[in-house]
Amino acid sequence: MLQFECPYCGRRDEPEFRWGGEVPLVRPGPPQLVSEGDWAAYLFFRDNPKGLVRERWLHALGCRQWFVVVRNTVTHEICSTSRISDPTPEVRA
Amino acid sequence: MRFSAFALARNALTFHEQWPKLWRSPRPQSKYDVIVVGGGGHGLATAYYLAREHGIRRVAVLEKGWLGGGNTGRNTTIVRSNYFYPESAGLYDLSLRLYEGLSRQLGFNVMLSQRGMITLGHSTHQLEMLSRWANALNLNGVDGELLTEAQVREWLPLLNESTTARYPVRGGLLQRRAGIARHDAVAWGYARAADALGVDIIQNCEVTAFLRDRDRIVGVETTQGIIRAPKIGLAVAGHSSVLAGKAGFRLPVTSYALQAFVTEPVKPVLKCVALSMATGVYLSQSDKGELVVGGALDLYPSYAQRGNLPTLQGVVAGLMELFPCFSRLRMLRQWAGVVDVVHDSSPIIDAAPVKGVYLNCGWGTGGFKAIPGGGFVFAHLLATGRPHSLATGFTLKRFTSGALIDEASAAGISH
Amino acid sequence: MSAQLFRLPSGGRINRSRPLSFTFDGTRYVGFVGDTLASALLASGVRIVGRSFKLHRPRGLVGVWCEEPNAVVQLGEGAKLVSNIKATQIELFDGLHARSVNCWPSAHFDLFGVAQFLSRFMPAGFYYKTFLWPSWGWFEPLIRRAAGLGIAPTVPDPDRYEERYEHCDVLVVGAGAAGLSAALAATRSGSRVLLVDDRGVLGGSLQGEDALIEDRAAHDWVTDAEAELRAGPRTRVLTRTTAFGFYDHGLVALCERTAPALTDGSTLGAVRERLWQVRARQVVLTTGAIERPLVFANNDVPGVMLASAAMSYAVQYAVRPGERVVVVTSCDSAYEAAEALRVRGAALVAIVDTRVEPGSVAVAAKTAGTQVLTGHAPVRVLGSRAVQALEVRPLADDGRAWRSDPVTRLECDLVCVSGGWTPTVHLFSQAGGRLRYASDAVALVPDAGPSTVQCAGASAGRFSIHQCLRDGFAAGREAAQRVGAVADCGREPLAAGASTQVSPFWGSPRARGAKAWIDFQNDVTTADLELAVRENLCSVEHVKRYTTTGMAVDQGKTSNMNALGVLAKLNGVEIGRLGTTTFRPPYDPVTLGTLAGRRVREFYHPLRRTAIDAWHAAHGGVFEDFGGWRRPAWYTRSGDTREASTRNEKRAARDAVSLFDGSPLGKIEVRGPDAAIFLNRLYYNNIRTLGVGRVRYGVMLNEHGTIIDDGVCIRLAEDHFLVSTTSGGASRIFATFEDLIQCEWPDLRVLVTNVTSAWGNVAVAGPRARELMQRLGMDIDLSSGAFPHFTVRCGLVQGVPARIARVGFTGELSFEVNVPAGCTLALWETLLKLGSDLGVAPIGIDALQELRTEKGFLHVGTDTDGCTLPADVGMGDMLAKKGDDFIGRRSLTRADALREDRLQFVGVAAEDPQVVLPVGAHVVPHHKSRSGSHGYVTSSCASEAVGRSVALGLVRAGRQRLNETIHVYASGRDWPARIVSPAWYDPNGERLRA
Repeated sequence: MLQFECPYCGRRDEPEFRWGGEVPLVRPGPPQLVSEGDWAAYLFFRDNPKGLVRERWLHALGCRQWFVVVRNTVTHEICSTSRISDPTPEVRA
Repeated sequence: MRFSAFALARNALTFHEQWPKLWRSPRPQSKYDVIVVGGGGHGLATAYYLAREHGIRRVAVLEKGWLGGGNTGRNTTIVRSNYFYPESAGLYDLSLRLYEGLSRQLGFNVMLSQRGMITLGHSTHQLEMLSRWANALNLNGVDGELLTEAQVREWLPLLNESTTARYPVRGGLLQRRAGIARHDAVAWGYARAADALGVDIIQNCEVTAFLRDRDRIVGVETTQGIIRAPKIGLAVAGHSSVLAGKAGFRLPVTSYALQAFVTEPVKPVLKCVALSMATGVYLSQSDKGELVVGGALDLYPSYAQRGNLPTLQGVVAGLMELFPCFSRLRMLRQWAGVVDVVHDSSPIIDAAPVKGVYLNCGWGTGGFKAIPGGGFVFAHLLATGRPHSLATGFTLKRFTSGALIDEASAAGISH
Repeated sequence: MSAQLFRLPSGGRINRSRPLSFTFDGTRYVGFVGDTLASALLASGVRIVGRSFKLHRPRGLVGVWCEEPNAVVQLGEGAKLVSNIKATQIELFDGLHARSVNCWPSAHFDLFGVAQFLSRFMPAGFYYKTFLWPSWGWFEPLIRRAAGLGIAPTVPDPDRYEERYEHCDVLVVGAGAAGLSAALAATRSGSRVLLVDDRGVLGGSLQGEDALIEDRAAHDWVTDAEAELRAGPRTRVLTRTTAFGFYDHGLVALCERTAPALTDGSTLGAVRERLWQVRARQVVLTTGAIERPLVFANNDVPGVMLASAAMSYAVQYAVRPGERVVVVTSCDSAYEAAEALRVRGAALVAIVDTRVEPGSVAVAAKTAGTQVLTGHAPVRVLGSRAVQALEVRPLADDGRAWRSDPVTRLECDLVCVSGGWTPTVHLFSQAGGRLRYASDAVALVPDAGPSTVQCAGASAGRFSIHQCLRDGFAAGREAAQRVGAVADCGREPLAAGASTQVSPFWGSPRARGAKAWIDFQNDVTTADLELAVRENLCSVEHVKRYTTTGMAVDQGKTSNMNALGVLAKLNGVEIGRLGTTTFRPPYDPVTLGTLAGRRVREFYHPLRRTAIDAWHAAHGGVFEDFGGWRRPAWYTRSGDTREASTRNEKRAARDAVSLFDGSPLGKIEVRGPDAAIFLNRLYYNNIRTLGVGRVRYGVMLNEHGTIIDDGVCIRLAEDHFLVSTTSGGASRIFATFEDLIQCEWPDLRVLVTNVTSAWGNVAVAGPRARELMQRLGMDIDLSSGAFPHFTVRCGLVQGVPARIARVGFTGELSFEVNVPAGCTLALWETLLKLGSDLGVAPIGIDALQELRTEKGFLHVGTDTDGCTLPADVGMGDMLAKKGDDFIGRRSLTRADALREDRLQFVGVAAEDPQVVLPVGAHVVPHHKSRSGSHGYVTSSCASEAVGRSVALGLVRAGRQRLNETIHVYASGRDWPARIVSPAWYDPNGERLRA
C-alpha cells in the first residue's frame, strides 16, 4: 500500500491519508465577475494526467495537515512532498 | 457462419478445424467515414450500430491493445436499469432491452442471465430511499419492486442474521430483469458482428496524436500510420482525458482504479445479484461458480489498473458483514480497471469542444450495463450529428449550466 | 481400512510412530504425522483423486504442493467446511474427513463421467456458439449446477483471523536452498530478517531430494540452518506462511496458517489464519521454480506425474508412486528423480529424453544400466483410469513430426514427466519487475526490477543447488549491505555442481483428434489453443479468456508456460515477443476472512455511543444506526408497539416536557479575530450581523450550491462562535473548515476545534420546559424576556459549566443544555427526577422526526437531495441581502439554479386526513398518471397535535402551486392530495417563542 512522507509526521501508511484533488486549483472570485465557463472549470474540469500529477493529501488520522505531493499516476511512485505553504513543486514531464 | 448447436455438432465431426475467424485482422486504410477510438464494449457496439442502424460501414475501430482488453474485460458483469432519473432510466433501460435481444441479434451467446438484482436497505432512512427509488422506477416504466426483510431472505437465505449484524437487512429493492452477462462475450459478439458488416477492427493501434486542419480534427496519427476521417468518436473510458489532452481540451473526468475479485468456484449458492447500500459491496455468482465481488474505488487518481490492500480489505470486510458464511472461501483472482468518474455519475455523450471529435465517456464504474445503449446512441450522434432523444441530457454543457443528472446522490451509491 | 501398500519400509520425513486415521470419499485410510493428504492417499494406492472440471475425466496427483491441479478436495463440514483446497497442501491430522469435489458419488466412480463422451461437442468456447435458442436462461440452471467445484459453507465462520504488521531490514520469501542461504547471510550480517516459507517444514525441494550440502544430507543441513536462524535474536522465521502479494511502495502481504488450524474442532475461538503486512527495506525473492509437464496425447491419465513430485513423494514421504516407472524429460533434473526412485526399489523401465544429445546425465544413466532413449518423445499414454503403458517414438530433426521408425511401447504404471522449470516470478512481477525470456533456461526470468528487490536461485532461472546456495547467499549479503549491516557473514554453503541443461519442447506431434492437455483442471487441450488461434484470438489475453487455461484454482502454475510455448509456436513467434498475462495477487488463493481480519461483526464500522448510551439501553431504548451513532429510535415500555410508544413520546413533548439526547450533534468551536469573516464565507446566511449571545439557524452549501448541512450558529463573543452541525455531518464540516483554513484562506486569523464528543447535549422541550429548567437552580434568568428564543446563555448547572441555547427541533419551547460529556448522565437523571411530576419523558429519534415534520422543519438529507439549493427550501430571498462571497455562491446563479420548475420544499396534505402518505411516494399530476414524476414525499406521519396526517415533500415549482390538487403515487396506487405550506403546526411560532 501507499506510503507517504508527511512533512510533519514522517513516513506513514495509506489508511491515514485522504486525497484532495489536483493543485494548484485557484478559486475564482468575486462571483459576479466569474464566467460560467470559468466556474465550471473550477468545479469539474481537470488535467487528470497519466503520469506525474501535483495533488494535495490530508494526513487525516495524524496531524490533520494538508500537504502537496507529486505522484506518478501510472506507477504510484511519489516523487516529492512539500508543505501547502511551500512554492508549487516542479513537475518534470 | 451462423452459430448454432447444429454448427457445433457439424464441426465436431471435423475436429473443429473448419471454424472461420471471428473477425479479420485488416491493415488500416488511409481514410474512413468514421473512426472509433477504443475497442472495448462501447467502441465495438458503436461501430456495429453505425453499420447496422445507419448503413455506415466505412468505419475503423482503433484499439491500442487487444479488443475488449480494457474495462470490458475487467468488470463485475452486472446489468441493470434501475436508475432514478427519467433520463438515466431511459438510456439504461434501452441498454437492457438491447441486451435482452442481443445474443440472437449478434448470433453469439452473451450469456445474459436475468436472475434479478436486489439493492439492500439497512436502516429506516435507506428503506425510505428505496421506496422513493422504486416508485421512480415504476414511473419511468422500469420494473422495480420493494421487498420486505422476509422476502429478501427468501432470495438470499445466507444473509447475516438481523440480531447480530452491524447492518441488519431491513428490506430491499428488486429489479427482476437485472442480472449478469459474460463480459468477454459481449465484446467478442459485437466485434464479430461489426466485422461481418464491414467494420475494420484494428488492434495494437494506438492513437498518438490528432491531425488538425485549421479549426477541426480531420484524422489521427497512430502506431500504424495516419488515418483520416471527418468524424472521430472517442470511447476510451479511463483514458478519455489522455486523448482529450492530445486534442487540446480538458474533461470533467478523473480516472481511478476500480478493484474486483473472484473466489474459487463453488456450487450454486447465490441466486441473484446483491448490492448493499450500507457497505457499498456488490456481488453475484458467475456461471462457472465463482463469486464475483466489487465495492469501493481506491480514492486517488490512477492509471495503474491496480489498487491496494486497504480498499480491498474494506470490500472483503463489507462482504463478510453481509455473508459471514463466505469467510472460509478463498480469493482466487483479483484485478482492477481504470474508470472515468464524473461528478454526477452520469455519462457524457456529446460533441467535443473541438470540431470533428465526439465523446462517449464518463460511465465511471457503470459502463458494462450500458454497452448496447451507449453504443446505440453514440452511433446515432456520430451518424446524424445530433444527440439521440434518450441522450439529450448527457452533454458537456450540463457542467456549465448545473443541470447535472446526479444518480450518485439519488441512489446513495456511486455507480 | 486399506493397508498402505505403497509405503516404503523405511525413510522419509514422516513419523511412523504416530499413525493417523482419515477418510477420503467415505473410505477410511491410515497415514502418518508428516504426511500430506496427498502422500497418504498415494501410500494407500489411491490413484484417482479427483475429476476434471468440464469433462469429469479421472485425475491423479501431478504435483506435490501448491502447483497441484487435480487433487482438489473439500475438508470437514458445517461451520468447519473448507472447500477447494489441494490435497497436497493439507497436513494430515487425525480424524480428517475429505471429499472430492464436483463428482458423484466419488472421484473413483463418477456418474458425470459420461461428459467425456460429449467432449467433441464441448471445445473451448462452445457455449458462445450455442444455447441461443430458446435462450441462455433455459440452459443456465443446469450449467450452473454442473459448474463449481466444492460447496460453500452455509453457516457463519466460527474462527478468528488476525492482522499483524512487521518492519524489517530484509525479507526473504522462500526457504529453499537459496532462501535459507540468503537468510543466513543476512542474519550473520546483523540485519533484522524475516524469513517466510509456505510449507510446514523449511527447505523447500531439498526435503524431497537425495542431495548433499556441505558433505551431509541436505535435510540435515536444513535442520542446522533453521536452528541457527531461529537462534538469531533479530531473525524471525514463519512457516506455513504464503507471501501472496507485492503491493505499492514495497508492501508485501503474507498469509500465515496457524498450527491449530490443522486439527478439526480445536480452533473454536482461536486464530485460524493471520495476515501480515510487511515493510522490508530490502526484499530477497527466493521463491523457487515449478516443474512443468510435457504435452502429449492422453497426458492427463492418472499416473502421469511431475518427475520432481514423484521424487518428493519417495524421498520426503516414503511413498512409492509407482512400481514400473518411465521418466520422460527434456531437461537434466529428471535424471535425479529417476535415480531416487530406482534406489528405492522402483523398476526403472526407461528414461525417454526428447533431446538428441543430453550429455553427461544420459551417459551416467546408461552406465548404471538404465535404458535411455534419446531424441524420442512420448506419443500417448495407454489406459484411461490409470497408466498402463507409454508409447514413444523418435522425433524428426525439426521436432515437429515423427521419424518413420515404429512406436516403442513401454509397459509402466507411472510416467514421470519434466518439460523444464518455470521460475516463480509472480511477486517480482507484481513489484513492477520486468521479465525476459532466457533461451538457455527455457524460462521467463526476472530482468530489470525495483532497486530494493532481488531474485536469486531457481526463481532467477538458476536451477542447481550449488547455484541456489551461492546466489542466495550473495543476495542476502547484498541486501544486508544495502541497509548498512556490516558484520562478516562468512562463507557461502557449498554443494557439488550439477548440470541443468534444458531444451524447449512444446508438445509432441499429435494425431488428429488426439487430446493433449495443457490445463488439467479446466480441461484445456492444445486443440483448444489451436481453435482459438484459428478463430483469430491470438493474443495471450484472448486465448486465456477463451479457453480458460490458467484460470482454475491452481492458477496455471503447471500450465501457463506450456500454453505460452504452444501459443508461440502456433503464432510463429518467439516466446519473449508474446508477453504474458499480468501477474496479480494472490499468488495462492487467500481466505476472505484473513483479508477482513478483525474488522468483522461489532468491529466492522464500530458504532459510536453517546455518554448516556447505557441509560438508554437500561430503560427500553430500541437502538438503530443513525449516522454512525447508536441511538434510541424509541423507548419500549411493556406491551407497547413502536407506534404507540412514539405517540406517547410525542404527547410528552407537546403537552408536558421531553428530554432528548442530542449529544451526537456536531459542535465546532471557531475562534479568532477573523472568526466572523470565516463563518460568513461558509454559511449561506449572513453571520456578520449575528450579535453576541445570539443564535441563528443557517445552512452550509458545497461549491455546487447544494445544501450539505444545517444547524445553528451561536455567537458566544465577538471572536468566539460555536457552530452546530447535523450529527452525521460533524466530521465532514469540520474537515471542510480545516481544509479552507489551511489551503484556501491561510491568511485568516481563525482556529477551529471539533468538540462534538467533548460536550453532551440534552434538549429539554415542551410547554413545561421552563418549569423544569428552573428547578435546576441555575444562576441564569430563564424567563422569556431575559432569555428569548434564539439566544444563548452560559453558566453553571449544579456546579457544572453549561452552555444553554434556546433552540430546538420539536417546535416547542426548548432549551438545549450542553455540559461536559462526562456530566451528561448526571444532568439527564437529575432532570428526570426533578420533572417526574411534570410528566417528563425521554423521546427517541422516531418521535423527534415526527415532531419536526409536524412543525415543517427541514431535515437535510431527508427533505433535501443531492441537488437542493437554498431557494428550493424557501431561503432564496436571503441571497440579495448578503453581499459577501461564500462557498457555493456562484453556483446559485447558474442556469439550472434559476429554472422555474425546480423541486421545492412544501407540505403535502392528503385529501383524506386519515391517510398517512408513504415516504418515497411520488407526486403525479393526475389520478392514474404513471409517467413523469413531479417530486416526492420526503417526511410523513400521523399527527394528534395537528389533528390529521401531515407530510412534507419536494415538488416541482411547489411554492407556485399552493392549494393545487395533485395525486401521490406509491406501489401501484395513488391518493389525491393538495400542496400546502410545510408549516403545519404552530405556523406563527408562538409555542417556540414562549
